[in-house]
Amino acid sequence: MIQVESLTFAYGHSTPIFSGFDWTVQSGEAWAVLGQSGCGKSTLLSLLAGLAQPSAGRILVEGKPLTRPRPYTGLIIQDYGLLPWATVRENVELGLRVRRFYGPDDIHTPLEFKPAPVDPWLERLGLSEIADRYPGRISGGQRQRTAIARTLVLQPDLLLMDEPFSSLDAPTREGLQNLMLELWAEQKLTLVIVTHTIEEAAVLGQKILVLGERPNTHPLIIDNPGAARPDFRSTDEYLVMCRELRQKLQATL
Amino acid sequence: MKRRDVLLAVVGLLLVWQVAAWLVNRIILPGPVLVGRVFFDELIRGELVINFLASLGRVAAGTALAVMAAWPAGLMLGQSKRLDRIFAPVIYLLYPIPKVVLLPVVVLFFGIGDAPKVVMIFLILFFQILVLVRDQAATIRPELLMSVRSLGAGRRALFRFVYLPASLPGILTALRQSVGTAVAVLYVAELFATRLGLGYYIYLQGSTLVNYPAMYAGVLAMSLLGLSLYFVVDWLEKRFCRWQQP
Repeated sequence: MIQVESLTFAYGHSTPIFSGFDWTVQSGEAWAVLGQSGCGKSTLLSLLAGLAQPSAGRILVEGKPLTRPRPYTGLIIQDYGLLPWATVRENVELGLRVRRFYGPDDIHTPLEFKPAPVDPWLERLGLSEIADRYPGRISGGQRQRTAIARTLVLQPDLLLMDEPFSSLDAPTREGLQNLMLELWAEQKLTLVIVTHTIEEAAVLGQKILVLGERPNTHPLIIDNPGAARPDFRSTDEYLVMCRELRQKLQATL
Repeated sequence: MKRRDVLLAVVGLLLVWQVAAWLVNRIILPGPVLVGRVFFDELIRGELVINFLASLGRVAAGTALAVMAAWPAGLMLGQSKRLDRIFAPVIYLLYPIPKVVLLPVVVLFFGIGDAPKVVMIFLILFFQILVLVRDQAATIRPELLMSVRSLGAGRRALFRFVYLPASLPGILTALRQSVGTAVAVLYVAELFATRLGLGYYIYLQGSTLVNYPAMYAGVLAMSLLGLSLYFVVDWLEKRFCRWQQP
């Protein structure tokens, strides 16, 4: 699904964040990208979303070089990215409206795209009751659900999430993590979630990419096959994984 | 604000006016009952209506032109740091100039018809809207833009779905702040070389015909013009900026 080939990226003349970095994501995998602040996690996600371009090397998604945001890639960010002047329903409809605005041009809107109604998504994510409220009047968890619905209504095959739950309280965060795993399996998505939380990486990433100090030259990958199991959080395997991730993370410093 | 409270304020102000008229007890300050009667007489005669519509037309034209010019210009400056760097010093110098002092210059260039009045209102509103829209567009969070871009939005869609609605409150704030000044300047502008408009009507009744009740009726009409514009902005805000209401 994603091939990162000899990726080099730097902001201005600073030390490159990535230098000759190779990484491959297979279709349908759930990846967590873990690292300390400033290690380049969010930059990697921007590059995968087509919102930033490599200084050298290339990124291929479904075999095609990525030069701009791809219609089948969804991005969910920490502060939700909702329009404050639009209701929950209008926010969920936003991507569809953008596609209607351009029409099927194969750049912004895929030629074969058939818009799906938003109501099933509002229902599925528990947003029907608050569909007419503005983002400023709903909780953080509801805002993030709105952002998830807005992305999924566009039928993505790749979902990128940048610290999506880090500003939420623990019960809401756990609820949304479980929901994401359900949706990942249900929609057959390829999932890449960036996080600085070891526990979140252990719960959501069947494979975990640990990024270290700049420049990142080789991917440090940890297999975590138990991640998608609903009871994984309460197993010894989970605790062992968290310990291992902690050690790996400390070793990168 | 409740309608009942507004109504009470109107009654209170009329009472103060009436008491002041009793205390002054001279023809230069007629009471609200007399002025009200003349006001309705003038309305029926059509004199006040014609002048009111002339002034309203000038305000509407000046406002529409200012919004049409300043809205896209403000959005462009707010989106482009390079453009803003070029124009910011010019705006910085021109913005604080009290536009009313430009009236004689505007009359010299635009003659004696409706044009100079419309241009004056345009000048007052243009800078106010430009600055507020520019500032509002510049404060749109990059995360919001990134997130909407990830939904497939290019520059045009960002303009339509983010920048335009984001700047609407700025326009309405600018109108709210400037509409009073615009009507005041219109009054001054209508003293110059015209035979139509509330400014002319007030001046004519007060200074030439010495008909003070009619002069006050004109003042009342001009106040109502300012007030109704204020109410229109209020309505637009309630209609289009619901998300900002408590």
